[in-house]
Amino acid sequence: MSNLDYVLHLADSCVVLGQRNAEWCGHGPILEEDIAMANNSLDLIGQSRLLYQYAAELRNDGSTEDSLAYFRGPQEFKNYTLLELPHHGALVGYARDNLDYSVTIVRNFLYSSFMALVWEKLQTSKDSRLAAIASKSLKEVRYHLRHAHDWLIRFGDGTQESHDRAQAALNHLMPYTQEFWTDSKFETEAMHSGVGVNTKALKEDWLSIINNTLLEATLQLPPSDGFVTSGKSGYHSEHLSYLLDEMQSLARAHPEGVW
Amino acid sequence: MSSSQTLEMSESVGEVWRVLDTLTDPEIPVVTLREMGIVRGVELEPNNTVVVVITPTYSGCPAMEQIHDDICTAVKGLGFQVRVRTQLAPAWTTDWMSDIAKEKLRAYGIAAPNRMCSGSSHDVNIVQFMRRPPNAESAVECPRCSSVNTVETSHFGSTACKALYKCLDCQEPFDYFKPY
Repeated sequence: MSNLDYVLHLADSCVVLGQRNAEWCGHGPILEEDIAMANNSLDLIGQSRLLYQYAAELRNDGSTEDSLAYFRGPQEFKNYTLLELPHHGALVGYARDNLDYSVTIVRNFLYSSFMALVWEKLQTSKDSRLAAIASKSLKEVRYHLRHAHDWLIRFGDGTQESHDRAQAALNHLMPYTQEFWTDSKFETEAMHSGVGVNTKALKEDWLSIINNTLLEATLQLPPSDGFVTSGKSGYHSEHLSYLLDEMQSLARAHPEGVW
Repeated sequence: MSSSQTLEMSESVGEVWRVLDTLTDPEIPVVTLREMGIVRGVELEPNNTVVVVITPTYSGCPAMEQIHDDICTAVKGLGFQVRVRTQLAPAWTTDWMSDIAKEKLRAYGIAAPNRMCSGSSHDVNIVQFMRRPPNAESAVECPRCSSVNTVETSHFGSTACKALYKCLDCQEPFDYFKPY
């Protein structure tokens, strides 16, 4: 059953970031970015559906893609903590602040540059279903990376205000990337069975993408140390429950509703 | 199986293909699903059930549900039981689009996708910041005046599969179907 948790980890990461980024729908800083972020979310939620459908088959207990997305609690989600954080600096879960697009762009950049490497490797997974999903997702995440990369350079090498905000977002989010390189039980198992990816082996390539872009963006690489989050093991920040509450409320108010 | 049965089956499959060839992409009604490379095959099971094999485009493309329904309705109209089988691998690519489809896209005002380059994810070409492509091969041709003097105005257009471009010669904005 080790593969099941690994597939859920990938699926949860996609759906949580997809839901977060969709918060920009109707609120984008400019019309083109509003559309870009909606399309980005559409890709991520589409990827999560492929993965949840597969996870439901692996569970073989009557689960469906919907039951996995809408009827599991925060402690059952295995996404990276980085992806559930709101689009602003460090504040408590119930705080409301203006959405900050630099946080969105920096997170998308850090995550999509990582996933471009992960999906590329997963294309040769021993699990052929996962490999097929990886081949599709890779095509999509490359466009996400290109988008985030271009905007990060505009922000960093833009005005003093945009530069400062991008640097602040980077300082805020960078420590959360430590979770990319730690092992959870299901990742270790998936790796040993030839299904999963050894993410530690990707760190050097990832850092080179990050460093090259930051150099062009005139931004400084902040230290990524301190507390290491473990969202993928189910220990989340308080922000995930607020996010899921919104995402799951309709399905839970009308269970098994169809139209 | 007798030769008459085989003939019957191939006639049925031909009939199904003919009706599938009338189905167009819900988002781009000038190209058919077959020309787009979405419909990959038709199989006939012994119990007279037709299986239509499709390969989905973008993971989150909302048109896929509509495509599924359109295929079922059309094939049922011929009197067959029908099942749509989604095949993920090999992954759909814009390289599967027929030349006819690309020409139809152009006539419809959408620049057809260039060929997909297969670089690694950290290949500089994939993440390089460039509004104007460095060489003619990756230049995007204006569907209106055929000029390659064009710039990208946004990575994402009206759908996930398209980017927004502008022609600097005729000044017309247009959609570019991105290589996938």
